[in-house]
Order: sequence, then C-alpha cells, then structure tokens
Amino acid sequence: MSRRSIPLLRQLWTLPSFNLTPTRSVTYMPRPGDGAPRAVTLIPGDGIGPLVAGAVEQVMEAMHAPLYFERYEVHGDMERVPEKVIQSIKKNKVCLKGGLATPMGGGVSSLNVQLRRELDLYASLVNCFNLPGLPTRHQDVDIVVIRENTEGEYSGLEHEVVRGVVESLKLITKFCSERIAKYAFEYAYLNNRKKVTAVHKANIMKLADGLFLESCREVSTKYPGIKYNEIIVDNCCMQLVSKPEQFDVMVTPNLYGNLVANTAAGIAGGTGVMPGGNVGADHAVFEQGASAGNVGNENLVEQKKANPVALLLSSAMMLRHLQFPSFADRLELLWNGLYRMESTVRRTLEELVLLKKSLMQS
Amino acid sequence: MSASRTSLSLLRTLVPYKTQTRAVTYMPRPGDGSPRPVTLIPGDGIGPLVTNAVEQVMEAMHAPVYFEKYQVHGDMKQIPQEVIDSIRKNKVCLKGGLRTPKGGGVSSLNLHLRRELDLYASLVDCCNLPGLPTRHENVDIVVIRENTEGEYSGLEHEVVPGVVESLKVITKFCSERIAKYAFEYAYLNNRKKVTAVHKANIMKLADGLFLESCREVAARYPTIKYDEIIVDNCCMQLVSKPEQFDVMITPNLYGNLVANTAAGIAGGTGVMPGGNVGAEHAVFEQGASAGNVGKKKMVEQKSANPLALLLSSAMMLRHLQFPAFANRLEEAVKNVILEGKYRTKDLGGDSTTQQVVDAVIAKIE
Repeated sequence: MSRRSIPLLRQLWTLPSFNLTPTRSVTYMPRPGDGAPRAVTLIPGDGIGPLVAGAVEQVMEAMHAPLYFERYEVHGDMERVPEKVIQSIKKNKVCLKGGLATPMGGGVSSLNVQLRRELDLYASLVNCFNLPGLPTRHQDVDIVVIRENTEGEYSGLEHEVVRGVVESLKLITKFCSERIAKYAFEYAYLNNRKKVTAVHKANIMKLADGLFLESCREVSTKYPGIKYNEIIVDNCCMQLVSKPEQFDVMVTPNLYGNLVANTAAGIAGGTGVMPGGNVGADHAVFEQGASAGNVGNENLVEQKKANPVALLLSSAMMLRHLQFPSFADRLELLWNGLYRMESTVRRTLEELVLLKKSLMQS
Repeated sequence: MSASRTSLSLLRTLVPYKTQTRAVTYMPRPGDGSPRPVTLIPGDGIGPLVTNAVEQVMEAMHAPVYFEKYQVHGDMKQIPQEVIDSIRKNKVCLKGGLRTPKGGGVSSLNLHLRRELDLYASLVDCCNLPGLPTRHENVDIVVIRENTEGEYSGLEHEVVPGVVESLKVITKFCSERIAKYAFEYAYLNNRKKVTAVHKANIMKLADGLFLESCREVAARYPTIKYDEIIVDNCCMQLVSKPEQFDVMITPNLYGNLVANTAAGIAGGTGVMPGGNVGAEHAVFEQGASAGNVGKKKMVEQKSANPLALLLSSAMMLRHLQFPAFANRLEEAVKNVILEGKYRTKDLGGDSTTQQVVDAVIAKIE
C-alpha cells in the first residue's frame, strides 16, 4: 500500500503547482514610472469592516505593494457619505471599502447605494468560483454575476399614497440597461467567457424587464462569438442550486442581481471568500463580493473571527486594476496554495499570519 | 498498514488539483474592449514570415487589435516619417528585424527607430521553456540594456587615413534612467537581484559613471540585492552557472552580447520574447536576434521560428491591457513547445513556420 503511494507522492512533489511559491509564468514589460506608489481611498466601514480592512493593510505592507491608503471613517448611521470622501475617491479613482451597515426602515437610505449613485458605479461584479481545497456541495462553479447597480428596485422612490398604502417605484431605463448589457458582453469577450445569461421576470413585469431583455438582445447581436440566453429568475434560483455548472456570466437588474449573487456566493463557498467590485466609467470601488446585506454579527466582531479572504481577493483584483499584476498573482496564488495545504478548520487570523510570512519569503 | 491506506486516499484527493485551472479575476473598465491600433513593420528576411504568423494568430483569437502595416527595409536611408507618426499615435508597435548593412556608413534603422522614439530600455526575458531540452537548467534571466548611447553612439571619424576613432559616450542621465527602470522592473515583478555588468577596471571613467548611477539607485531599493560583475567573468558565469543571475542591467554593447548569450543558453533566439520601451512608446520584437534577419535558406524554405515574436506579441497584449488574451496565447505557445511535435529547425525539428502557427491556433482555447 505505502509502496504504491510513493510514486504518487513523487509525482505530486515535482508538480510546480504543489509548491507554495508561484513559479515564473508570464513576462510583463512595465512602462517607466509604473512603480510609483498609487493612492487608494480606504473606507473601513462598520462591523467586520475595520477587521478585514486591517487585514488587507497588513498584507499590502508585507508585500511592499506600491500603494498607500487614505483612510476615511464612514459609518452607516451618517446621513450621507462625507464630501471629502467622495472627493478623495474622485481624485484617486480607486477605493477599497468594508461594508456600511444599512439601518432597516426609518427612511434613511443606504450609504452603500448612495456611494454607487454618486460615483455612477453602474456595474457590480461578483466572481463566484470553487476555491481549490474548500469542500462545497456544488462542484465546477465558476459564475460571474454582473448586476446593474443604479436603478431598478433600488431607485429609492417610495411614497405613501394614502395611509396604509405604499407605492415603490421600480425604474428601468434603456440607457442603464444598454450600458450594463454592453459591460457584461465586453467582460465576457475580454475574459474568454463563452456564455452570457440574462436573468429576468418579464413574464410578469412585461414592460420593465421586457425593456431590459430588449437591450440585452440588441447588444448580444454585436458579439456573435458569445452565446446568449435568458432565464426567468425563479427558475434561475432553482438551476443555481441544482446545476450551477451551466452558468457562466450572468447579467441581471438590481434586485435579482443581489439575490443571485448571494446565492451563487453561497454555493461556491460562502460570502467570506468571494471577491467583487463596483465599476463605473471613471471609478472603481472594491469590496467583498457578496455580503448578504449585513456587516457581520456581533459575535464575529467581538471574537475577531471574520474571514478576510474575500476582501484580500478583492484587493488582488484591485492590484490588477492598478496594473500591478505580479503583486496580484503572488497574493492569489499563495492564497489558493494555502487552502490546498490546510485542513478543513478555518482559523482566519492565523491563516493571515501564515500568508504574510510566506509573502515576505517569496 | 492503516496509515499508508489513509495516505493513499489523501494523495488521491490531492492529485486532481494538479493545475491552477481557474483563471484570475479581472474587472475591466467599461470600454476596455474597444479595438486598439498597433503599428506593424514586417521588416526584412524572416520578418514578413513571422509577423504574418502573429497576424494569423491575432485573427484566430479575435483579439481587439488591428494592425497598420508599413513597409520599411534596411536599405532605406531613414525610416519614413509616416511610420514614426503612426507609432507616435498608436504608442505601440510590433516589428520584425531590419537588416543592417555592414560598414558603408549607413546607420542601422533599428537603432534609428529607438533613438527617434527614445526607447531607452531594451528588455529580453530568457528562461527555460518546459519541454525544450537545453544544456542549462534553471535559467530565468531578464537582461535590461541601455538602448540609446554607449558604444552605439555612431560617432566615428577618421583622424588620419588608416586611423579611426569611435566614441563611446556614457552620460549620467541615461545611466540613471536605465538603472531606475531596472530596479523598478525588479520591484514590480518580484525579482530578488539586480546585477550590473561592466568593464570599469579598464574603462574606469565611462563604466565607472554607469556603476555609480546603478549604486545610487540601488540604495533606494533596500529589499533588492545588488551586485556588479565584470563582463568577461559574466560571460563565463553565464555559460557555467546561469542560475545565479536574475535581472541584469548593462550598457549598450555588453547588453547586446549578454542578451544573445543568455537567449542561446535558454533555448535559442527563436523563442525568447523581448521589447523596447521608453517613457511614451513601446516597440515589441524578437528578444534577441543575433544581429541578423535569418539566412536566405530559412526564408526560402519558410522555416523561421515564429514563437519568439508570438511570445513578444503576448507581452504586447499585456501592455495593451488585454491580459486574458495574453494568457491564452502564452498557454497555447507553451503547450506547443511542451508537446514537441511541431518544431522548426532551430529547435531540432523540421516543421515550417505555417505548421507551427497552425499548431498554436489549434491549441488556443
């Protein structure tokens, strides 16, 4: 028995990917001056936010990454995002944030939504994929959910018609639907994805979701190399949990995107590990991909057991966005390597220390 | 007995994770997918053959680049102004080699292009490719060479008949900026060591100035090791223990020689990618071309190796911020080399250029 395992071991040890440190893979030719440090706005936020944002700061320090953070305290109970924070993001063009707690009811609008509207970050991207070494009930999951971020059910236009009767307006415009469809197909083209699926409920909301679908269909004709199909959101949720491997890129309006993204994140390993971001024409804000609408329960904050992986992978996305690809590669490869080696127990902050050590040595 | 049984099952679960299958996550900006123009100069000799290979592969991948072709030949007096304007507009150029006539007072057009666009850094990445057997293992050297001055200043004059002086010019300005680029490159690409190549024991002032600039810049990067090596010792070390070198920074002439030597030990000039970069423009070409554009026989039999220019065009795709396309192209080229079925003469096979190109296209996912 043990004799048979020796050649298997030998085979594994010679594989370059078994080694924790990434081997040379690609050649980058930077422009002169590319190494100058970049400023990034950092908003720790509420709940587990400061904990995971602190984790990212530590890791960037360990890697000597060429960026520095401009920290701003923003909390969910503020009336609006402070003007100087918006100015800072407009200047730096890139922001990393933890979650901002949104109070339920009470007429106070979510600061997360306000930030996205103010900077016109119209596309939200969540990449849900199986992490090697992390056991889940679903295999072969690799879904990117692209969600329209500025209109739809989240327009915030509600009013009380008469006492006891409230109307909430869901707005769908051709302009926003077209640009999110364009972004989704462009994303699929640039990242060698084969299929884009539009998620809708146009059998019920015939005009609203019908307009969304029309825009998606128009854009899909300009990309003949990419398959396009449509799926009703209830069927989509059911398919996600039974056969997730059929989905590739999904483009959705605001509310369905929120639900689909959180479901996909859940089947692929949980909201603690999925990276994501919000992008507009001029700015990009990176945060945990799917946060299930909360900033962590009090227990997590007290025991300091929040999972920093999601924000670390998002910061790897941010490093790529800032054109520091080899730093991003080191971070991602090491993290994937760690998950493969460790056992099933998740000791989040200890993992962070391990990662830091291996980054400093690599 | 039970321990080995459990280890076998553990090993079986580890084996499927052989390769890093999931690609990385990029979040493009809206509009990043619009096609970019790239100036294409096929050049002389094997140039048109290998640039045509790149065009075919870009077409097959539906990459968002389109080429603006310009005919430039080594026997022209100087590079046509429209070509320079095109590169200034597009900022990126891909070129085959331009033949440089020996003697005769006609200056090299390759050199002229680099001076005109101030492409002061030439970069050649020499590394062992899996599947390609060489006499040296663990070679992973990046040679960064100063591209505009040094022995290539072109300042020669005949003092009296039978006596010629050739001026080698070294300036602090150029030495400093190439040193800055080399250390910045090492920092951005997680390289551990920068080695300056010189002959300052003989050319005390000229190469001494070069070394001084390198030392000054090295002081600003305390985490990157810096050392110096005399060029003759360097050549000997390259062929005996190449694994000691990481990033090498050199003046113009030594860089030419060191780059070609390193390319030779790592697999040949037919497979090493490279480029020239300045503050505003970038020109990608075969990393090391040993100063020629291929033998007539290679051109006639169409057996030139397109892999070097294909890997350079993958670097170009990264430069243009199309990383997923670059990854696909590099994977395909590496798989073709690994498989070993289609190799041109310089790698020990007998395929033609077109056969290799078809193999690469077939392997693109």
